[in-house]
Amino acid sequence: MIELKNLRVKIAAFLLGQIDLVVPKGDYTVILGPTGAGKTILLETIAGLHALNQGQIILDGKDVTTTVPEARGVSIVYQDYALFPHLIVKENIVFGLRVRHTPKPQIDEALVWIAGLFEIQPLLNRLPASLSGGERQKVALARALITRPQILLLDEPLSALDAQSREEMRSQLKMMHAKLNITTLHVTHDFEEAMSLADTIVVINQGKIAQVGAPTEIFYHPSSEFVARFTMARNIFSGKVAGRDNNGSVFKCGGIEIFTSSDKPQAGLAVIRPEMVQLTPEKPVPGANSFPGTVKTIVDKGANILVTVDCPPQFECLLPRQQFERTAINSGSPVYISFLPSAVHLI
Amino acid sequence: MAAPAKIINSTRSWLGRHRLLAVFSILSLLVVLFIIIPLAKLIFVSNKGDLWQALLDPTTMKSILLTLYAALITAAIGFLLGVPLAYLLARNSFPLKGVVEGLIDLPIVVPHTAAGIALLFVFGRNFLLGKWFNAIGISFVDSVAGIVIAMLFVSVPFLINSAKDGFRKVDVRLENVARTLGASPWQVFYRVTFPLAWRSILAGTLMMWARGISEFGAVVILTYYPMVTSTLIYERFASYGLTQAVPVAAILVIICAFIFIGFRFVLQRDRKRD
Repeated sequence: MIELKNLRVKIAAFLLGQIDLVVPKGDYTVILGPTGAGKTILLETIAGLHALNQGQIILDGKDVTTTVPEARGVSIVYQDYALFPHLIVKENIVFGLRVRHTPKPQIDEALVWIAGLFEIQPLLNRLPASLSGGERQKVALARALITRPQILLLDEPLSALDAQSREEMRSQLKMMHAKLNITTLHVTHDFEEAMSLADTIVVINQGKIAQVGAPTEIFYHPSSEFVARFTMARNIFSGKVAGRDNNGSVFKCGGIEIFTSSDKPQAGLAVIRPEMVQLTPEKPVPGANSFPGTVKTIVDKGANILVTVDCPPQFECLLPRQQFERTAINSGSPVYISFLPSAVHLI
Repeated sequence: MAAPAKIINSTRSWLGRHRLLAVFSILSLLVVLFIIIPLAKLIFVSNKGDLWQALLDPTTMKSILLTLYAALITAAIGFLLGVPLAYLLARNSFPLKGVVEGLIDLPIVVPHTAAGIALLFVFGRNFLLGKWFNAIGISFVDSVAGIVIAMLFVSVPFLINSAKDGFRKVDVRLENVARTLGASPWQVFYRVTFPLAWRSILAGTLMMWARGISEFGAVVILTYYPMVTSTLIYERFASYGLTQAVPVAAILVIICAFIFIGFRFVLQRDRKRD
């Protein structure tokens, strides 16, 4: 378990904190945030690589605030894996055991175990420079885990990989976590990556925590405009709650009224995810919010198509390709957009 | 007639396309010749017999061995004291760091005779450190210790700067990872940082050794006797003229050339292995 209490770290002009966070034992928590949000500094602080200005770090019940990095039981894996270039793979992996003066038979046994876990036996005598991105990552993970740390810190571990290797490594990370059940803190700026791996997501911005929650909670119920935008909610309208009844409330914005099942008495923003917006050539059945409009732009995103519809206001709809092709719409087509009151989240 | 015209035309068109390369090549050639010609002339002006005779002359031999030995001790001391300083400068910030960095380069730019006088003011028999060392039987005037001190002063910046660059090139995150894997700061230094920076450190140490071998100005102020080779060349030149000085000078140049060729060879072989 990781407990961060009133954590504050100042490095040059950047201030991280104040951070209060609890990561339960065995949890896979993803720290999500834009570049420069302080994610890496947070990881390095937990690892003991930066001194705190204020606060406490407790790992598995033990206060390690002033403990040196080598005694914390925390392993870190960096974005480009930081393998020791002068050591072959085998020497890289057993580095942690060597510096702890582990007896050789134990080192050999651990090497066999970890090389088997990541299926890297054929790589053991090669130099890091000769490995592919995916292979390097496996070696870096093996090196980090062979010492059996209590906590694993992953700093953007998938960013340096191509799309296919990224997919493969996500499964590797899942497999590793399921087998070892190690408390893991994974930093990324990629929302999809966070959604697919996390038990809990911590959104961080400008050195402060913006929201903590389960992936679906962050996805459907962002707590601020920043989180909504960062998670690509796209349809964010400012306005105010104009009326309430037993079924929910009415939110007035930009000349339109949106029905929402939210019972929030006061709100300044309505957020509707683009996946939740339907697009039809004909007027949809009553019961949902529905507005006529004109297709403004169509952006092909591969598996999905992003369609901007000017009502006004402007709505963005993300349609699966198959569904989009069925609707047979073009730029300038008159269409109806619709979404359920339950798809409207008020902030 | 057609063929020469074709060659002239193709040369002209090549020059037109690579004007910068052509101009820079000519200027570069001038510098290279400027360095090579005097040294080559020095070596080839003396006949083989004179060179052998100079080599077999006990005074010259003694002087060359003394120079190599004193420069080696100097490099060892420089290594021991310079590497930690280079590491601190590369990895840490501290008050007046910029001033310290500037001061380190100072011995390179001051006249070496002035450096010798400055050293005399500290290590001379009647001055500060000189008195203390004298009390334990070490004198820096007219002694090997004096030669070492003079060589150290003028050559240590080469090692510090080279080692500092080497340490700077080592990614801090490699050290961070090593720490989290359980390595103490000492273990990180000798297992990660030093092996990764060693090529620059070796280059700096060899440069320092070679610089020590060729030092004259600072050494001659502190220690005329025993005579290092550069002082011997000066003495032969001043007392007996050019003919007596040339063979010794040629031998020193050959030794320096061998050190540098060996040094390049070692570095290149190592780079290939990497």
